[in-house]
Amino acid sequence: MEGRVAYENDLNLKATELRLGLPGTHEEQQAVSSRVGNNKRPNDESDDQNETAPPPKAQIVGWPPIRSYRKNNYQPKKTESDGGGIYIKLSMDGAPYLRKIDLKVYSGYPELLKAVENMFKFNIGEYSEREGYKGSDYAPTYEDKDGDWMLVGDVPWGMFITSCKRLRIMKGSEARGLGCGV
Amino acid sequence: MHKKMAFSFPDEVLEHVFSFIQSDKDRNSVSMVCKSWYEIERYCRRKVFVGNCYAVSPRMVIRRFPEFRSIELKGKPHFADFNLVPDGWGGYVFPWIAEMAGALPWLEEIKLKRMVVTDESLELIAKSFKNFKVLVLSSCEGFSTDGLAAIAATCKNLKELDLRDCEGDDLGWHWLSYFPDTYTSLVSLNISCLGSDEVSFSALERLVGRCTNLRTLRLNRAVPLDKIANILRHAPQLVEFGTGSYTADLRPDIYSDLAGAFSSCKELKSLSGFWDVVPAYLPAIYPVCSKLTSLNLSYATLQSSDLIKLVSHCPNLQRLLVLDYIEDSGLEALASICNDLQELRVFPSDPFGVEPNVSLTEQGLVAVSSGCPKLQSVLYFCRQMSNEALVTIAKNRPNFTRFRLCIIEPTTADYLTLEPLDVGFGAIVQYCKDLQRLSLSGLLTDRVFEYIGTYAKKLEMLSIAFAGDGDLGLHHVLSGCESLRKLEIRDCPFGDKALLANAEKLETMRSLWMSSCAVSFGACKLLGQKMPRLNVEVIDERGPPDSRPESCPVDKLYIYRTLVGPRFDMPPFVWTMEDDPSLQQLSRANLM
Repeated sequence: MEGRVAYENDLNLKATELRLGLPGTHEEQQAVSSRVGNNKRPNDESDDQNETAPPPKAQIVGWPPIRSYRKNNYQPKKTESDGGGIYIKLSMDGAPYLRKIDLKVYSGYPELLKAVENMFKFNIGEYSEREGYKGSDYAPTYEDKDGDWMLVGDVPWGMFITSCKRLRIMKGSEARGLGCGV
Repeated sequence: MHKKMAFSFPDEVLEHVFSFIQSDKDRNSVSMVCKSWYEIERYCRRKVFVGNCYAVSPRMVIRRFPEFRSIELKGKPHFADFNLVPDGWGGYVFPWIAEMAGALPWLEEIKLKRMVVTDESLELIAKSFKNFKVLVLSSCEGFSTDGLAAIAATCKNLKELDLRDCEGDDLGWHWLSYFPDTYTSLVSLNISCLGSDEVSFSALERLVGRCTNLRTLRLNRAVPLDKIANILRHAPQLVEFGTGSYTADLRPDIYSDLAGAFSSCKELKSLSGFWDVVPAYLPAIYPVCSKLTSLNLSYATLQSSDLIKLVSHCPNLQRLLVLDYIEDSGLEALASICNDLQELRVFPSDPFGVEPNVSLTEQGLVAVSSGCPKLQSVLYFCRQMSNEALVTIAKNRPNFTRFRLCIIEPTTADYLTLEPLDVGFGAIVQYCKDLQRLSLSGLLTDRVFEYIGTYAKKLEMLSIAFAGDGDLGLHHVLSGCESLRKLEIRDCPFGDKALLANAEKLETMRSLWMSSCAVSFGACKLLGQKMPRLNVEVIDERGPPDSRPESCPVDKLYIYRTLVGPRFDMPPFVWTMEDDPSLQQLSRANLM
């Protein structure tokens, strides 16, 4: 094997420093050592106290390494009164993958549509009762309990979450056809 | 003289000889002896194994092995099990089914792990393969019971339908009625992952009743205890059985019914299920316990005393999965009763709790390692560990092949000495010379990696989390572990240097996963340019990596060797580093 590849870039230690916070958050950290740690280290420097302490028992993604179906099974079997989530499939024309979302997590249409826009990285346009979604090639639609495809937003939110079976972001002319309201 | 040997047998004779060679490794060796053996072997290979569905294309596999009957495919990296791989990353089986549908009408078996399997894929399977027999979906997702209905309705010769650990959409049990009344060939059914409460017992009972060859039946939580007796009576020949919810009001008639049904099952060797278990109903299984070799109690919230009582009836256990409710005392009992134990998995009952809720420590593992001479595979979750215990364990059990220890709090030190656990894990790799799989946890410095690189010569899979000091650690592993195939790392301060210095090593491995480490985007690009036979995938939900400085670390990195270059089904948050930037545009264009 040849010797090390010459790696020019200035090692921006701050950028490569590890921390467990969310990406994008920026805190003043002083330790040059890139060690991830908590206070269980024997030679604890007093400097460590100045670091922004991790929030108490913040759950780390994927740790401990247990499958989700194991986590669910420690709870008693969910009955209707427990109010489990309302999970539905969300698909977008042209995207090769499906998402599953929990409608209970959202308090209304604006929140839901924002989340959907973020998931598939596109813009949904402005909603109006008469004209459907303007300003975009896409329209969010859903299949209701009767198997009909409706435009998202036409019925009150409460009715929507109980009748929605699945969501589909339609593209193009099919979408425009639905824009004429129910 | 030598050449004459190769041609001295007619092809049919060699084919016949090769038919006794089943293992992939041996088949691969056979095919490398000479050109004519390569040709003969490829036509008679019946089972194909593809460890990474993106390492090769379906067309290439079919071209080389035009007559295979069974295929096993794996998709997502292992850390997908713990939600580290974002939804939509990939692993779609449909393109494979589509290619095989036309070329291999006699395909009989499809086994998939961590792949996205849509209802469309299932419908295409049902439609395309007239003699389809075995479908095993392990940790797959993307399908619903609608797709299962298609399989049930169409595959007249289906023998095995196994959905272990999948996340399918259970839209109700009507799909079971799609098995025609004339259908009787079921041998194995595992639906333990399905979640719907809408159960059709009559369909299930009729199916079980007419399939007299049924050997394996794993039900799901929705099946109540009072239905089990009837089902068992329809299938007393069962070898493997998984109950549903093991709870009912305490009634003597239900109990005696159940006990009677279990007694009639003389072949039962494996039990699982036991959700919501009520201890009073456990003795119903005592009649079969002495023959049990495998017991999965990992959903059974039983106290230690009940667990000990149960285990004491099962002296022939080889495999036990259990919650940490068993405690040290239970494991000590296990060690004295089950001398044939080969595999033990102890799961945490309260993984997110701050304080320990049970008395399970390193002592339990020490006891088992001491009392069970055949123990080779361990998965153990606990909250404290010491170097002393690990050294004892290593010396007790040099025959370990799989050792996965998870100390629940990251970077936990030796609780006795407050030192890192380097020496303890070092002993494991030093004494257990046949170790194939290792998962580390606790407080660890680069020193443990030095031990691993020095001693773990047979190690094939290594999982590392919250460990090490810097690049030297990773360098030890990559340069020392000769047999390494899969390496997965999260939250470690490993950066560019070790990765770039060991670039060639990566081509000898199946894959490398690194998340929340310190590998810069610049290094990823460099690696991608330097190694055309690797796919260097940067996975980053924050947005395009080139919108940040090159020195910025990437969020997640998945590197795997491949013969077919970047894949065409990448979602918006995955970028493959390549030689030619214009090629990258091409890949993205194919998505839309």
